[in-house]
Amino acid sequence: MTSLSVRDLTKHYPLRGFLGGERGVVRALDGVNLELGPRETLGIVGESGSGKTTLGRCLLRLVEPTRGAVLLDGEDLLRLGARELRARRRLIQMIFQDPFGSLDPRQRVGSILEEPLQIHRLGDAASRRARVLELLDLVGLPAEASRRYPHEFSGGQRQRIGIARALATGPRIVVADEPVSALDVSVRAQILNLMAGIQQRLGLSMIFIGHDLGVVEQVADRVAVMYLGKIVEEGLCTDVLARPLHPYTESLLAAVPPPPGSTVLARSAPRGETPDPAAPPPGCPFHPRCPRAQRVCSLEVPALVERAPGRLAACHFPAQSVV
Amino acid sequence: MAELPLLEVRDLRVEFPAGGGWIEVVRGLSFSIERGEAVGLVGESGSGKSASALALLRLLEPAGRQRGEIRLDGKDLQGMTERELQEVRGGRIGLVFQEPMTALNPAISIGEQVAETVRAHRRIGRREARFEAIALLERVALPNPSRRYDDYPHQLSGGQRQRVLIAAALAGGPALLIADEPTTALDVTLQAQVLDLLRRLRDEMGLAVLLITHDLAVVAQLCQRVLVLYAGRLVEEGPIDAVFSRPAHPYTEALLRSVPRLGQPAARGQMPSIPGSVPDPSSLPAGCAFAPRCGYVMPICREEVPQLEAPGPGIESRLAACHLRRVLG
Repeated sequence: MTSLSVRDLTKHYPLRGFLGGERGVVRALDGVNLELGPRETLGIVGESGSGKTTLGRCLLRLVEPTRGAVLLDGEDLLRLGARELRARRRLIQMIFQDPFGSLDPRQRVGSILEEPLQIHRLGDAASRRARVLELLDLVGLPAEASRRYPHEFSGGQRQRIGIARALATGPRIVVADEPVSALDVSVRAQILNLMAGIQQRLGLSMIFIGHDLGVVEQVADRVAVMYLGKIVEEGLCTDVLARPLHPYTESLLAAVPPPPGSTVLARSAPRGETPDPAAPPPGCPFHPRCPRAQRVCSLEVPALVERAPGRLAACHFPAQSVV
Repeated sequence: MAELPLLEVRDLRVEFPAGGGWIEVVRGLSFSIERGEAVGLVGESGSGKSASALALLRLLEPAGRQRGEIRLDGKDLQGMTERELQEVRGGRIGLVFQEPMTALNPAISIGEQVAETVRAHRRIGRREARFEAIALLERVALPNPSRRYDDYPHQLSGGQRQRVLIAAALAGGPALLIADEPTTALDVTLQAQVLDLLRRLRDEMGLAVLLITHDLAVVAQLCQRVLVLYAGRLVEEGPIDAVFSRPAHPYTEALLRSVPRLGQPAARGQMPSIPGSVPDPSSLPAGCAFAPRCGYVMPICREEVPQLEAPGPGIESRLAACHLRRVLG
């Protein structure tokens, strides 16, 4: 069974000054540790600047991490040469947010889906064609879709094509970066249901990156909340949303508007904004916005500590209710 | 005599050229907004919501063309000269768009940009305009407005830029603010802050708001009334509470069900969903445009376009364009 372990994954971008000299670094991703079990879906939640997209890209080395390890069945992807990496990418694939920008408009859908098979030298021409039809069927598109171009499809259908492409090589792990954010509200649920169904049928593990807690909750077993390049809270999705330990998670939950039609009034908006990742505050990165901040919070970075089995939080004063 | 509505739109139609002909993307939109009222115009891609917003200010000519009546304080904008229109835009009607970065000029300080807008609509000196701009920046709760006056847009965060844009939209002393997806590009915590601000402006200044969005939850946070657009037509209209608790159009009902509810996830892979996709304006089905996706579809729905009517006897405050002619749920 395939599993993924991420150790101390870090991505620093050098900040260049006016004359090209280094003026420090942006810690886009700062020492992230994660475990993904077989058939599990891990949700990664955060706002812009949280590092969630960088994390997804570093896992596949679409962005080269500064340091750390990404262990796929014990083998570190970061230590592989280009050719070995390409071979392993068969097993870990990505679904992107934008089904418009991520499909080549001049290629027919059939050849978009066949391309990964050619790159990985999987099967002969006949079996590749059969695989394309199988993939279209898997994502609920008719066989004749293979002869058409991406622009002939709606946003939801294009995302189905993006999913089929990610599944072409038979990956064990799929990293989905905001896969429904660009879609119309009325087609989001279709795509989420499709992804959940495929995951169960194929026994995939999935990392689902999103900013919308309500969406992530629909697919994720566990969730990790990110803030300024770090994981600040992690646990079973139901636990984290019902009993958040970290004040940042609390404020994220408070900011979600109540569902339309409910009689619940909106809670007050959390104060402040995510700081500039190039100049993070000292100590706990959330302390300037935190209602529970004490002196220690501006001095010491809280470690991500297990507070209850499987429940982690990086906070000097986590909520008590859970333990 | 009853007071005139602030804005009254009658049979607005918008067309764009395509493939040698014209495609109608707004197909006979009628509604009104009272003074101080916040109305949500909800729709997905291809619904015509953004084209409607631009058409209200006659901003889409000559790329597209429009017909119908748009009466502001009883005066039809369709008959106005470009000069008169320029006074309305940013004057009686303020505009806020989705993208806070592209809507500001990167080479001019944010204070100057607000002050310029003030001077475009009122004959006052530079000094006075500066004071006025600082007051407006204070009104939208930009921290330290007199110190931030000389900052350039890139020195501000996304949320602060959106506040500056709202300040500029208020500079002409509008009675109506048209906000097109003002929170869509923002993070969830900033979205909550901008909604707080719009709510406060509505209450404190008696500002009417037309909020254009795809997000029902956002509408529920700000508006008293909602208009639901589908494929260029209004399919439902009514007070927020009534429409959201007991919708009268199957599209509204399905849309409400497909919004995930935090803390109440559906069984894995079984979220309520709407089959199919939003129709392309160039190839609309006959009859009701929602019929191919509708769970209640009847034979008549595929033949006859339903008229916008009260969804049952005695229900005066609501309208729905559905052959069912009843409240659902």
